[in-house]
Amino acid sequence: MPVLAQLAAAGSEPDGLLPAREQMAFSLGWHIVLASFGVAFPAMIFVVHRRGLVRSDPTALGLARRWGKVAAVLFAIGAVSGTVLSFEMGLLWPGLMGRFGDVLGLPFAFEGLSFFVEAIFIGIYLYGWDRMPPRRHLLMLVPMIAAGVFGTYCVISVNAWMNMPTGFRIVDGQVTDVDPWAVLLSSGAVLQFAHMWVGAFMLVGFVVAAVYAAGMLRGRRDSHHRLGFTVPFVFASVAAVLQPVLGHVLGMRLGETQPSKLAAFELATTTEQPAPLRMGGVLIDGEPRAYVEIPKWGSFIARGSFDKPVRGLDTFPAADRPPVNITHLAFQSMVGIGTLLAVAVVIFWVARWRGRDLLEQRWALLALVVAGPLAVVALESGWVATEVGRQPWTVFGYLRTTEAAGSNGWLWLVLAVTLVVYTAMTVGAVVVLRSMTRRWRAGEEDLPSPYGPQLADAVGSDAVAADAAGSHPSGSDGGGAWRS
Amino acid sequence: MSLPTAVAAALFVGIIAYALLGGADFGSGFFDLTAGGAGTGAALRTQIDHSIGPVWEANHVWLIYVLVMWWTGFPEAFAAAMSTLIVPLLLALLGIVLRGAAFAFRKYAATLRQAQLFGAVFAGASLITPFFLGTVAGAIASGRVPLRGRGDLWTSWLNPTSVVGGLVAIGTCAFLAGVFLVADAARAGSTALVGTLHRRTLAVGVGTGVVVFAGLVPLDGDAPVLWDGLTGRALPLVITSAVAGSATLALVWTHRYGPARVTAVAAVATVVSAWGVAQYPRMLVDHVRIDDAAGADATLWGLLMVAVLAGLIVLPALAYLFVLTQSQSWTTEHHATSEHGHA
Repeated sequence: MPVLAQLAAAGSEPDGLLPAREQMAFSLGWHIVLASFGVAFPAMIFVVHRRGLVRSDPTALGLARRWGKVAAVLFAIGAVSGTVLSFEMGLLWPGLMGRFGDVLGLPFAFEGLSFFVEAIFIGIYLYGWDRMPPRRHLLMLVPMIAAGVFGTYCVISVNAWMNMPTGFRIVDGQVTDVDPWAVLLSSGAVLQFAHMWVGAFMLVGFVVAAVYAAGMLRGRRDSHHRLGFTVPFVFASVAAVLQPVLGHVLGMRLGETQPSKLAAFELATTTEQPAPLRMGGVLIDGEPRAYVEIPKWGSFIARGSFDKPVRGLDTFPAADRPPVNITHLAFQSMVGIGTLLAVAVVIFWVARWRGRDLLEQRWALLALVVAGPLAVVALESGWVATEVGRQPWTVFGYLRTTEAAGSNGWLWLVLAVTLVVYTAMTVGAVVVLRSMTRRWRAGEEDLPSPYGPQLADAVGSDAVAADAAGSHPSGSDGGGAWRS
Repeated sequence: MSLPTAVAAALFVGIIAYALLGGADFGSGFFDLTAGGAGTGAALRTQIDHSIGPVWEANHVWLIYVLVMWWTGFPEAFAAAMSTLIVPLLLALLGIVLRGAAFAFRKYAATLRQAQLFGAVFAGASLITPFFLGTVAGAIASGRVPLRGRGDLWTSWLNPTSVVGGLVAIGTCAFLAGVFLVADAARAGSTALVGTLHRRTLAVGVGTGVVVFAGLVPLDGDAPVLWDGLTGRALPLVITSAVAGSATLALVWTHRYGPARVTAVAAVATVVSAWGVAQYPRMLVDHVRIDDAAGADATLWGLLMVAVLAGLIVLPALAYLFVLTQSQSWTTEHHATSEHGHA
């Protein structure tokens, strides 16, 4: 593993470093999927819910109800896994928070406001079915969508700051002249935000569309599946086509802001002008191997010009180079998958425009199912590329990750517990979500809690839940139903 | 009032809000745990689902608010506390994760067996978090968290003051939850459930009162600064808490559950405030004062702005949520309006 190789190379490191790294990577990688749902899913629910109201379309309303229940489960585990990250900022990286807390903290405080708004309105929305005037109920999604934009921007501005630090000076080793607004309003934040926000719509769009594509593969070709596929897929399509442009514009800054990350992205061991684009490839004994080279295109992609240089890794001291192979591989996975998905949606819509519905084709449905996990891999790869590519820095040029970490050797134990708990949480979510879809297919709409009213008749039987639909033909959330 | 003190006050408002709102949600776990078997406990567990389901995520955000205000406004003190108190904080975090996930899973569990498993995790985890957060408060208030270097990994939170803090936290959470649950059940007209909750809430209230006031005894020797504060400057708050707590018991006893919610909130808010007032102006008792722990002024002004925005944006939204969930129509008219609309 390159991470281990890097550890060996760096020599003395605090005991808490490697486990903290793995812990952060794992918990952030897990949370980012759910965070994406928090950002993008309310917009999709809004579209189907609105359609249901405006057109009096029972299929669309039913879909909105179901997606709301799915969101309830996903947002709950997203809220707690996000809390884990808040704690980890202090528990794993005391050197970062103690020294730079008042520089980077303000955007988090603003993000807290949007988290409040999201949590309040998800509560109102979920429990508001049949309890509020329908139009007002629909509007409860709007604050959630807005909070998703604002919250994403705030969190990403902190990450952008780690990449392009601003808003402070170091005088005699002390952080001074702190300007927290510079972090929130940094020019790096806007593009990075756009990249992540659009990435969230890609992930959620492709994943949800994949669920309904899988259903169509099994022959479930009703209007419910068609709408359930189309709405997220339209979102994903727009996002997938925008994303390469955003990514390219974002990447063009790297030559100035983080040249070592760019060198790793491009597998550039030495400075080249113009630099070629290397597709594939791995660094073995310091030499790039096994790649396909396209002349000049590396310069164009990284610098926006066919003759600008790309700085090589050899111009950086050994202690300042990122782990090249992980960074390069992750970056290329992101770009490769992103390109593939963009091409795929263009093919889909061009075919549709020419009167050919690819949803009739088995191979196309299979591809659409695979696109879901691929979008997840692309997003994860992007985070790996940017985070590993910034190493050995936590705050680029100012604070090394070795200085940010604490000295807790037993964080390995925490990591082990985390793996167990998150695995259990994943299994729990999968079991519950699958059981929900199974009951929906069986004709239940309501999904009352097993502690609901039927318990009085059939205490202790696993069959009770199955009876529930017949006795309670309503769209309730279970609350209060036991009283009847 | 100095700028750091103003920010610390805004932070402390978050602690009080979390103690009250988050506390009531955690306290529901105590009643869930003691609700009895699947059949006898079903009504109570459904009431708990209904009462905290729409609000627990919003209430939980107060904790995030406290964390970010703390690390942004007082970064070194935050890092110090996180470093010394890593064990109880990780355990509290474990409780938060298990509670939230299991609660959401139970609501949509397909079978009773699954619901029982998730429910046991939810209820158990609901006790863990208040306890360990209480020990953290005790550690800070008893001067066991140094600003530089690390305090003892274990005795910093395994000591009389911390244990008192943990037990008081569990008790107050359960008491608040009991009062809110019995009021919800009464509003919904569930007579049998009201009877059960009535008895249990009274028992929890008496128990908590005993713990709070017996808990004062070891503080004299173990946490002198806190003791001096509680018996001096914060004494009016301590007395108010005692009066409000007793009034709550009397109101519950006489079945006046609506007003009991007000006095219960007052009792817990004053006991938490008493801690804050007692250790003022210290951030980490015996180690650093609020003014000396503060970060850059520009950042503190930004935080005050966040606090004001929270008042303008979050509080009205929160009020709307609570008005809806506490309204009669969300409690009882459910069936009348739910017979339409699904595919």
